[in-house]
Amino acid sequence: MHDDRDSGHDSRLERIRAWLSQARFFAEEVYSSRYRGAIARARRDEDDLFMLLVFSEMMGVPNPAAYYTLELQPLLLERFHDWHRRMGMEQSPLDHFKCC
Amino acid sequence: MSAIVLLALGLAAMAGGYFLYSKFIAEKIYRLDPDYKTPAHEFEDGVDFVPTNRFVLWGHHFTSVAGAAPIVGPAIAVIWGWLPAFLWVVLGTIFFAGVHDFGAIWASVRNKAKSVGALTGDVVGARARSIFMIVIFLVLLMVNAVFAVVIAGLMMNFPSAVVPVWGAILVALVVGQLIYRRKMSLAMVSIVGVIALYTLIGIGPSVPIEMPAQVGGLSGNAVWILILFAYAAIASLLPVWMLLQPRDYINGLQLFVGLLILYGAIVLLNPTLVAPAYNNDVPAGTPSLLPLLFVTIACGAISGFHGLVSSGTTSKQLNKETDARFVGYFGAVGEGMLALAAILVATAGFATFADWQAMYTAFGQGGVNAFVEGGAFVIHNGIGLPEATAATLLTVMAALFAGTTMDTGLRLQRYIFQEWGEIYNQPWMKKPSIATFLAVGSCLLLAFGAGGADGAGGMIIWPLFGTTNQLLAGLTLLVITVMLVRLRRPMWYTLAPLCFLLVMTIAALLIQLRTFFEQGNYFLMFVDIVVLVAAIMVAMECTSALRRSRAEMAAEKGDS
Repeated sequence: MHDDRDSGHDSRLERIRAWLSQARFFAEEVYSSRYRGAIARARRDEDDLFMLLVFSEMMGVPNPAAYYTLELQPLLLERFHDWHRRMGMEQSPLDHFKCC
Repeated sequence: MSAIVLLALGLAAMAGGYFLYSKFIAEKIYRLDPDYKTPAHEFEDGVDFVPTNRFVLWGHHFTSVAGAAPIVGPAIAVIWGWLPAFLWVVLGTIFFAGVHDFGAIWASVRNKAKSVGALTGDVVGARARSIFMIVIFLVLLMVNAVFAVVIAGLMMNFPSAVVPVWGAILVALVVGQLIYRRKMSLAMVSIVGVIALYTLIGIGPSVPIEMPAQVGGLSGNAVWILILFAYAAIASLLPVWMLLQPRDYINGLQLFVGLLILYGAIVLLNPTLVAPAYNNDVPAGTPSLLPLLFVTIACGAISGFHGLVSSGTTSKQLNKETDARFVGYFGAVGEGMLALAAILVATAGFATFADWQAMYTAFGQGGVNAFVEGGAFVIHNGIGLPEATAATLLTVMAALFAGTTMDTGLRLQRYIFQEWGEIYNQPWMKKPSIATFLAVGSCLLLAFGAGGADGAGGMIIWPLFGTTNQLLAGLTLLVITVMLVRLRRPMWYTLAPLCFLLVMTIAALLIQLRTFFEQGNYFLMFVDIVVLVAAIMVAMECTSALRRSRAEMAAEKGDS
């Protein structure tokens, strides 16, 4: 008897929890979906600048922090191709480094 | 006439429009295909192209298109009586706006989610695209000028709303910081935000801030207009997450709460419409109903602005093509409901006919003030909220809407200036600060040029704003019609509204031209001529594009 009531209580709790998580999902979607594009673009612009800093030495632009940014290069290689295309360079700008 | 009867009639007609007419349009005209791969799936990138739940998509499609315009337009237009405004809003929503908004999404989805501007170039021609750009610029110019005048008027007439309106912006700024910097949960933040907003509205009447009638040689109204443009300029330069995003969210909540309270109060109170169905005794100087009604109410019946939203963001997020009917058509119905509420409170929210007449002393008077005062009367008597608080609530709702439109409009105008800088190779014009300065300058010129040094007469340009908005809608309808002709489908369902709009717009422009000439308002006469030229070009473009498409079709038929 006691167990029965408990499980009824649990399922009700669960239903409320499911409903709340659904509500949270809707609210978050409403909050973010309209501006997702604008924010992602702004973030990409910042990232692009960062890419330029990391790869600047390779292109002949002196960078005092080159010693530190060097170790970031392998981490950012994945994004290198997208980045140079976005910057309006069809081919990789680096002579010794071809990605396409 | 009881308000509930009119409300029920309006809602029933719009529901019929959604369940019957939009179904017919979806199945027979646009022929939506549930298996069609929408751009949201085809180009999914997690940024612009994201398949989105249709209720969520409807939510922000609706909040993007609903603003102060469906409140101001109908509240001005009831000067001719409630019946003409009611009929135009209801029939306009069913046969014009719904088909237009829904069609704009469909046309865009079928063309890689391109915007209506780009589509005009592709479907109609490069010349039409240039006209489109000019019309968009004119719409933005007028919307910014007119909304600055609307908010300034509200701030002067309802000093109790000053603290909550500007406080709401502060609340939005804090909400933005809490979510992005502190990563707090949205549910928590929205509850706190809404409580803060309504507390501000509650204390507003006890801390009224009145702008002195004269400040250093400028009228109080003019000072508010300058402050508003300064705000909009700054807001349009801030990153979107800081102010725009949280404020839109709060506005969205406000919109639903406001609509619920208004409709609830109307149902509980069942006020009588004190205004006549058809006003035979309009104040002197009121222009004739035909054609001015059709440009005074643009948003709420049909508005070109919706096409920009439909094809700009909504079409990139549509999960299934069949969702377009719900999102587009029902979005228009939502806006029609807002306009209907505005009509009801602006005609039934007064104790006697004499009170109503005292509000509508001249064309362009009444408007949003009638909405606020009438609405406060209905809410006070319907659900017992103090009248001052109810008035503050509605003022905040209208002012926040108009403010959102203003800074979005200014941002878009800045993009246009920057694009011109790009096209004509003027690097200085590409700088955001300079482009914003140019945008603000042109709007201020219009706001003060139209209304004199105090900016108080700025509402004169309201019908002119309507004409540009209708032209934009006309161009979108043209794109849809040409597409339908090429697909060999019936074109009358979009061509008839298009012709009607063009005839009414051109007639309204000619009548206004004469009025401005007689008043000696040469500045507005010039603006009117610019819009008129654009309207005639749109009409000619329509004729030639349709003739060309039909000739192409006939030639193809001959070949095969």
